[in-house]
Amino acid sequence: MSVVLLESTLLRKNLMALTGLFLCFFLVIHLLGNLQLLLPATRASESFNSYSALLSGNIFIKVVSYILYFSLIAHAVDALVITIKNRKTAGKYAYDKRGSASKWYSRNMGILGSLLLIFLVIHFKDFWYVYKFESVPVDANGNKDLYAVVIYAFASWWYVLLYVLSMFALGYHLLHGFKSAVRTLGVYHPKYAGFVNSFGIIYSYAITFGFAVIPIYVHFTHFGL
Amino acid sequence: MKVHLKIWRQKDAGSAGRLVDYDLDQIDTHMSFLEMIDTLNEQLVLKGEVPVEFDHDCREGICGMCAMTINGEVNGPVPGLTVCQLHMREFKDYSTIYIEPFRAHAFPLKRDLKVDRSAFDRIIQAGGYISASTGQPAEANTILISHDQAESAFDSAACIGCGACVATCKNSSAALFTSAKISHLAKVPQGREEAQKRVLKMVAQMDAEGFGHCSNTEACEARCPQGISVLNIAQMNWEYNKALVLR
Repeated sequence: MSVVLLESTLLRKNLMALTGLFLCFFLVIHLLGNLQLLLPATRASESFNSYSALLSGNIFIKVVSYILYFSLIAHAVDALVITIKNRKTAGKYAYDKRGSASKWYSRNMGILGSLLLIFLVIHFKDFWYVYKFESVPVDANGNKDLYAVVIYAFASWWYVLLYVLSMFALGYHLLHGFKSAVRTLGVYHPKYAGFVNSFGIIYSYAITFGFAVIPIYVHFTHFGL
Repeated sequence: MKVHLKIWRQKDAGSAGRLVDYDLDQIDTHMSFLEMIDTLNEQLVLKGEVPVEFDHDCREGICGMCAMTINGEVNGPVPGLTVCQLHMREFKDYSTIYIEPFRAHAFPLKRDLKVDRSAFDRIIQAGGYISASTGQPAEANTILISHDQAESAFDSAACIGCGACVATCKNSSAALFTSAKISHLAKVPQGREEAQKRVLKMVAQMDAEGFGHCSNTEACEARCPQGISVLNIAQMNWEYNKALVLR
């Protein structure tokens, strides 16, 4: 029963870790798909649109997408519950310089997460919602032309900037989150913990720069300076 | 040297507290931080005022009783020290020094710089031991253990229960303290027998005492006077998850 109700602090952290790691895995798949946007325009359009059509018509992807929605919501709600509890248990100092003992992004995962949540609302509205619920013109192959939607979204420089800054928030969130999740799940052997640390850093850099470079590339190749 | 002190004074848990200003002259740079407070207290007593209450015991850096937050940092500006091992030479002449008690919901304030850390005792009582028959000590090599494993267990056992991990944690989590004892006993053959029962009971007690979640900021390891590794926390999580699945 206690497992279902997540009564213990460690169980709550397990939920954070498992949903977080699933989202980490999803980011890799998402990035691999998005890298098609870096191909030459005509090839990119055909390949990206057929890829989108393939995903939207696949029952396996449908199941995964429901796990994804659950992970996003559970990760955010659990974070809120944990933060509220921590607010109650935490000591408050009149003069506080404890920040010197840890990294700033490890202490501000809630703020970084909230920024990402705002970004996700914008991101879902501009692509997910448009693709699913609005009328999108079709390309030469009869697939919905999501490529055109993506390209025109990055026409304005401030939208590109919003994306790039959000990816840096994501990068710092991952930099702490990946390592923290693995530790919560109990990887304690010094050899493997060290490997996970290095892997987490490389992973975070790859995801951040991978996602950040796409809007910049699209903006400059299609709209110039 | 001359220092200006801002010390948290509070009569008891029920009263309001505040930072009170004191000026102290002719402080020797070789004095320990506690000796500096002793000097202040002697002056306060001569003036007929109530001395500042603070915890201390061995004054050798062993027991972990002396615990306070100095200039906003747990146990002062030098990482890895208990307050009794901190010396006045670490501070500049004419500097202002803020002194506050450890703060955490689970460490209720008793008076001035003294807090009640008995929550730690209750976590240990919940399972931080092995059930062994008393009598003659057994022959040392009856139960074999490798040197590396014994050293690793000893590293975990080095925790002195001072509470610096809790006080420096932004969530006031007791994960480092609790995990040090759980890992220590999980690493030795004598402790393996009760490992599952122990981890479940100790974690439940840790939660019941009102400590926060561990968010792996690693501030605890950075400020621990004994340098207890955060990997102990990972081992606690591992033991806990294993116990949930296997019990």
